[in-house]
Amino acid sequence: MHSKIFESYQSNDRSSLIPLLQDVQNIYGYLPENALRDISDFVKVPLSRVYGVATFYNQFRLTPLGKNIIRVCRGTACHVKNSANILFALETELGITAGQTTRDKNFTLEVVNCIGACSIAPVILVNDDYHGRITVKDIPKILKKYQTVNKTETAEATK
Amino acid sequence: MVQLTINGIKVNAEEGMTILDAAKSVGISIPTLCHLKNLDPTGACRICVVEIEGFRGLTPSCAYPVTEGMVVTTDSPRVRKARKTIVELLIENHPQDCLICVRNKNCELQDLSEQYGIREHRYVGETKCHAIDISSASMERDPAKCILCGRCVRVCHEVQKIGAIDFTKRGFTSIVTTPYNKGLNVSDCILCGQCIIVCPTAALREKSSIKEVANALYDRKKYCIAQVAPAVRASLGEEYNMPLGTDVTGLLVTGLRRLGFKKVFDTNFAADLTIMEEATELINRIQNGGSLPMFTSCCPGWIKYVEMNRPEVLDHISTCKSPHEMEGAVLKSYYARKMGIDPADIYVVSIMPCTVKKYESNRAELSAEAMPDVDAVLTTRELVRFFKIAGIDFNDLPESEFDNPLGESTGAAAIFGTSGGVMEAALRTAYFKITGTELEHLEFEEIRGMAGVKEATVKIGDLDVSIAVVNGIGNVGPVLDEVQNGTSKHHFIEVMACLGGCINGGGQPIHQKPEKVVKRVKALYKIDENAKTRRSHENESVLTLYKEFFGEPNSHKAHEILHTEYFDKKKILKN
Ligand code: SF4
Ligand code: SF4
Ligand code: SF4
Ligand code: FES
Ligand code: FES
Repeated sequence: MHSKIFESYQSNDRSSLIPLLQDVQNIYGYLPENALRDISDFVKVPLSRVYGVATFYNQFRLTPLGKNIIRVCRGTACHVKNSANILFALETELGITAGQTTRDKNFTLEVVNCIGACSIAPVILVNDDYHGRITVKDIPKILKKYQTVNKTETAEATK
Repeated sequence: MVQLTINGIKVNAEEGMTILDAAKSVGISIPTLCHLKNLDPTGACRICVVEIEGFRGLTPSCAYPVTEGMVVTTDSPRVRKARKTIVELLIENHPQDCLICVRNKNCELQDLSEQYGIREHRYVGETKCHAIDISSASMERDPAKCILCGRCVRVCHEVQKIGAIDFTKRGFTSIVTTPYNKGLNVSDCILCGQCIIVCPTAALREKSSIKEVANALYDRKKYCIAQVAPAVRASLGEEYNMPLGTDVTGLLVTGLRRLGFKKVFDTNFAADLTIMEEATELINRIQNGGSLPMFTSCCPGWIKYVEMNRPEVLDHISTCKSPHEMEGAVLKSYYARKMGIDPADIYVVSIMPCTVKKYESNRAELSAEAMPDVDAVLTTRELVRFFKIAGIDFNDLPESEFDNPLGESTGAAAIFGTSGGVMEAALRTAYFKITGTELEHLEFEEIRGMAGVKEATVKIGDLDVSIAVVNGIGNVGPVLDEVQNGTSKHHFIEVMACLGGCINGGGQPIHQKPEKVVKRVKALYKIDENAKTRRSHENESVLTLYKEFFGEPNSHKAHEILHTEYFDKKKILKN
């Protein structure tokens, strides 16, 4: 599926590494291992270096996105309101750490900086919904809501 | 020539020289961490900073060239403080494991801590926690001990041109690892251990086999036999502060006996045997139209590389097992029968300069009836540790000689440990086999030395034999391309994965003295020069072995016991 994108690049050129990574991520929503291998062969850069670059920049993902993306705000205001506990509770509840996706591909957990909703800190953003002033106790309820409703527009990305 | 002042001393330096090297030339040492000789500086660690008059900040001396009239101070309160802070920060993010660490007393981080008089923990912060990668048969990777100097990465990418590991992520989470942080066993790594040799700490180390060997030695049922590779005798003395290039063969043999080995044999015997087989194979290929050029097969790092990257040329590789595997195979067949020992009771330990040999000895095809040819491999470094555990004072040992018959060897075998040696040894015997007369001049200067690819043409009878020696796996690419696209003009090509050959193997003593390879090589050539016999086909014990057991080189029986096969491992890796 990604083999087509190589056509517009000249091989053997290290400078195309990052644009290639971006193109592949646009196709899959993340960087699958076999695509990284193909890129490594194409630009003649060892896989370890390609992987190193992919993990250096925040824009690249190495795991597929889940159907629902939970973003936990760790900005200052939320931090003061114990967002660390919220994050910890979410990690425990989902059995993953920030940056990962659950096995059933239902949730991806991410950490973000201030999302401009400090007045209702601590805040988590699930897909496009803000959940403010939450406590650890609210978490199971919130998750339940999304376990059944599958947002189709974010599901596109995992194809 | 450029004149500058360092610490008040007038220094004449060559144009383009770094401040670091200029200082060294007048006996001023500046600490380094990320710096590697012969590679471009990165200026990453900044431990080498100095003050330069007229410069506002401190300057990394490993990356900065000298200029006319420059005034440099390498040791001032400001410099000391800067270096000390770097060391303190490294230590705080490092396990405080020195007492139980394999690099205790041979660690650059320890040395720096000592040098800068660090006596307290001033910065206490989060420390990183990483799993140790024990997936491979040869090496361990312990990222918690990594100080991110990048030396391993540079050696692996720029010298070996493998690129199995690299920096990943960034900031506090940055770690040197394989793609997807997988085990080395499923990475591109060939286990050459060149990264271990440059690592300042214990973040990279061999997988130790001391325990299993010790257990075997205490097992009364086991008949333990040691064999020693050529390169070990020329380097082991360094661990005991002997001058570089001291030949310690005699002490080594006594030491091994004292450890409890019933017999101490010489891998050089099997090196002579390898030459008999390999030279015959080469002649057969030339005369019967086999795949040419033929590659040597002594180096398991090279074999692993081809299997993973260029399976297309597998039929160009000599089918000969590597010398220590041959030795093991002969011990468990011919020798066992001759001595009336059940081969299942024989436990063969190879003392090797090499980390890949551990992986090699685990290869299933290097065994007969589920008995491995070689049961365990100890590196030079492990043997020294073992001597310490056993209370053996190496310096005070009397000398003794190898046991026989698998202890006899010629000068040709000794030079197996250096780049070009296998080729030279093979030529001496091939010449005799083809022409029936002996070579007059035994030394092939063209294929000695540290060049990356060495080529020569040798007239043998009316045949012009074209040969090449690849010194270091990083230089093999173009040679392989030629073979693959059919344009290679060579008949015979030697490849050693390590720069300089096994003498610079990944299991050798660790220190950063620049002349080590050259001096060790010299020791091996000297053994050859002084040897009573210098051609493999003059090894009486090898000839007897053929008479009593194998018949002749490449006989059916020889093929069964002394030869092996290779596999395409590209696909396994990519799935
Ligand atoms: S052992 Fe050799 S191939 Fe493997 S990581 Fe180290 S230098 Fe690279
Ligand atoms: S593993 Fe060793 S050589 Fe490599 S970056 Fe870490 S400390 Fe340096
Ligand atoms: S050159 Fe020698 S030490 Fe290095 S990998 Fe090959 S066999 Fe081992
Ligand atoms: S800090 Fe969390 S929304 Fe601003
Ligand atoms: S040794 Fe000079 S910057 Fe690291």
